[in-house]
Amino acid sequence: MDALVIGMVLLFSAGPIAIGLVSGRILERRHYASIIARERQRGQVLIFSQRLPPPTLPAPETRLVTGSMVVSIDYFKRFVAGLRSLIGGRLNTHESLLDRARREALLRMREQAAALGATQVFNVKLETAAIAGRAAQQGVGSIEVLAYGTALIPTDPR
Amino acid sequence: MLVSNLEIVPGRKVKEHLGLVQGSTVRAKHVGRDIAASFKNVFGGELKGYTELLNDSREEAIKRMEEQAEAIGANAVLNVRFSTSSVAQGAAELFVYGTAVILE
Repeated sequence: MDALVIGMVLLFSAGPIAIGLVSGRILERRHYASIIARERQRGQVLIFSQRLPPPTLPAPETRLVTGSMVVSIDYFKRFVAGLRSLIGGRLNTHESLLDRARREALLRMREQAAALGATQVFNVKLETAAIAGRAAQQGVGSIEVLAYGTALIPTDPR
Repeated sequence: MLVSNLEIVPGRKVKEHLGLVQGSTVRAKHVGRDIAASFKNVFGGELKGYTELLNDSREEAIKRMEEQAEAIGANAVLNVRFSTSSVAQGAAELFVYGTAVILE
């Protein structure tokens, strides 16, 4: 009977961790593959964090563009973070999560700019916010990253 | 209405500054989506429902800002900034602000 109880406890605590480990890995690898493939595409919109574009003639049209992603950590990462918080130090698992979310947000912003016919995006800003939820009580649950900037759409020379 | 986060508009002159305009929305999460999200918290990955929800809310905030700018007679909003904060359990405020101007 005792063994059964211990077995149940182990299953319920280790189960989500194992699922998180496997599915989190697979999803992360797939996401990185897609990010890298899209980043390598040629003829992409150029993005700058500079505040002002260099003056050009004829003056381009400007439009605000945004891109965002809400990403959730998996159970394994949360478990590792819990252990890490005992001794402190770098949290690789969260670093890759934020990196993925930022790059994805930038790619989505670029896609929006490209759809408008823009060639450049200036004054790009990145914003990160923790989304409150049940998971947020135990630290970082889901994270939203927003990228925004001003797309410059070239106008026909007269 | 021209909305941009640059401080200038290339090729056009700012005739008059009308001051700060803002727009915001506070959105609560959908229970169904929250249940889906708590599953996702085991598996990891993107919460597409939330990405959409926040994008829609942000658009609404921009619309409100534009309405405010229109009401004071502006034809552009420059130097726009976004800000997100969770104000209550399960609710997020999306805030957008900028400077209303009249372009020549």
